[in-house]
Amino acid sequence: MNVLHFVNAFFSDGAHWQGYDGIPTRLAEHIRYSLLALVLAAAIGLPVGLLTGHYGRGGNTLALIATAGRALPSFGLLVLMFILLGFGMVPVMIPLVVLAVPPILVTTYEAVRSVDPSPVDAARGMGMGESRILFHVELPVALPLILGGLRSAAIQIVSTATIAAYVSLGGLGRYIIDGLYQRDYEKVAGGAALVAVLALATLAVFWAVARAAVSPGVRRGG
Amino acid sequence: MDSVTKRYPDGTVAVDRLSLEIPDRSITVLVGPSGCGKTTTLRMINRMVEPSEGRILLDGADIQEQPVNTLRRSMGYVIQNAGLFPHRTIVDNIATVPRLLGWGRNKARARAAELMERVGLDASLAKRYPYQLSGGQQQRVGVARALAADPPVLLMDEPFSAVDPVVRKGLQDELLRIQDELGKTVVFVTHDIDEAVKLGTMVAVLRTGGRLAQYAPPAELLSAPADGFVEDFLGADRGIRRLSFFASGGLRLQKSPIVSVDSTAEQIAARVTPGVPYLLVTDPDGRPLGWGEPDELTAGSPDPDRLLPHGRPFEYGSESLRAALDGAVLSPTGWAVAVDGTGRVVGVVSQQAIGEAIRSAHAGGRSAAGTEAGAEAGVAG
Ligand SMILES: Nc1ncnc2c1ncn2[C@@H]1O[C@H](COP(=O)(O)OP(=O)(O)O)[C@@H](O)[C@H]1O
Ligand SMILES: [Mg+2]
Repeated sequence: MNVLHFVNAFFSDGAHWQGYDGIPTRLAEHIRYSLLALVLAAAIGLPVGLLTGHYGRGGNTLALIATAGRALPSFGLLVLMFILLGFGMVPVMIPLVVLAVPPILVTTYEAVRSVDPSPVDAARGMGMGESRILFHVELPVALPLILGGLRSAAIQIVSTATIAAYVSLGGLGRYIIDGLYQRDYEKVAGGAALVAVLALATLAVFWAVARAAVSPGVRRGG
Repeated sequence: MDSVTKRYPDGTVAVDRLSLEIPDRSITVLVGPSGCGKTTTLRMINRMVEPSEGRILLDGADIQEQPVNTLRRSMGYVIQNAGLFPHRTIVDNIATVPRLLGWGRNKARARAAELMERVGLDASLAKRYPYQLSGGQQQRVGVARALAADPPVLLMDEPFSAVDPVVRKGLQDELLRIQDELGKTVVFVTHDIDEAVKLGTMVAVLRTGGRLAQYAPPAELLSAPADGFVEDFLGADRGIRRLSFFASGGLRLQKSPIVSVDSTAEQIAARVTPGVPYLLVTDPDGRPLGWGEPDELTAGSPDPDRLLPHGRPFEYGSESLRAALDGAVLSPTGWAVAVDGTGRVVGVVSQQAIGEAIRSAHAGGRSAAGTEAGAEAGVAG
């Protein structure tokens, strides 16, 4: 009850809806950090996952990298990067990307590997080139699983992007950190609620993307 | 194929010095037990597998000489589980190779629709996805997809072995019909000797280790297996199956012991034939109803329910001696009924007369009744 009360109070306060520390600004910042991290992680994870999956090599190396990536604590990494690089976007992006690459990479690899070999064999026998097979057969068939990997990466990024506030950047983490510092628990609870809402919105976005991008022929069970 | 050998990296010799001359515009079947190198042989033809030794020539030119994807696009490829693209509609699956060859979308789709009709698929299936089709329908799509760019060569790897026997028979008949119309050079892999005998103009029997055991037209395979392995592989009743290759047109039919169900007692009495203990009763249109004893038939108008069954009638001329013998064996009277293309009785023939025809066919058979009549009768029987 207490928490709900805090949340309610936070959102009812008109002052929280405007200015550089207002909800729209912080939300926009948070989304910007998250999107940037997701795009960077996908730019690394997708091509590597697709290629290794297609050629069926490097599975063990991938598993190793993924475990290592998951074992690294994001906050520790942030502090380390901050010490090495100082303030700025880069020390924030590195832990977020390190966090997000493993689920994207491993799921993409597994998704491509698990595509039924007979359409791939047929495609090759019909004279499709390797890249065409990858992009016109394996990718569309594996897409539901690949999107699943991107989705879990995105959710992790959204909740972890709060750490940006520790290095004086914005985002929803600001409310949580400042609130704790100022003992303003309304602010803390409000910030946490916004992160949760954003995570749910992320789920909704991925659901819509999957509906639009995945062929009805492979949608079942995906 | 000129002395082709395939040794896999692990040392397995899948195909061993295989030489085969595959005739144009006919169906050549590769048959043999599982693991004898059939798939490997087939896949060397479209270079999905590269031979370790030997050469494969297509119309006199080494297949190594053209770019691999150009070669593959000129050969239709059908595999066991059809291998349809699950994310594409049926019409887009079929349009794959035309699209690869740079056709416009609409032209490729129009071609795909044409092929759906050719392989006996309803046009309403065009916008469906593969998972919405039965196994037999998927296989038809696979064949249509392979034919889409009108390639001169068609490679088929156990295309019908995953469907039930009834559907399989339909697909086999369809393939023979399409082959009649289009005259492709088909190389067909199967482990089923009956399928090989039914479809093949030439049949290559492979033995384990990838060696050629015999390469011959099916009738010759059945009459003169090269060795014990081929004989075993052909199975126990190859004598009976060989009858599929003898046309029934040579049988001498009896035309007199046949009466219509609405005949009078005098008409029936006139039909009683010496040496034939029964009379065949037909309906007024001339279609067979069954056999009756002359005494009973003349006693009153024939009761169709009390007649003896007549077995399966065979189509005189177009069906084989095997069908005729089958009809005779099925009827308790020992007589077979010959009908024309519309199912009307043209005569009857005894088991004994069929036996004589078989003996003379065997005597004159080895050369004459071989490939030509054999191919015809094989289709029907
Ligand atoms: N890629 C491969 N690597 C190693 N051995 C193989 C490979 N493919 C097939 N073989 C072996 O080659 C032999 C022939 O296989 P295959 O051509 O598939 O036979 P079939 O199609 O007649 O069943 C088998 O012993 C099989 O185990
Ligand atoms: Mg095989």
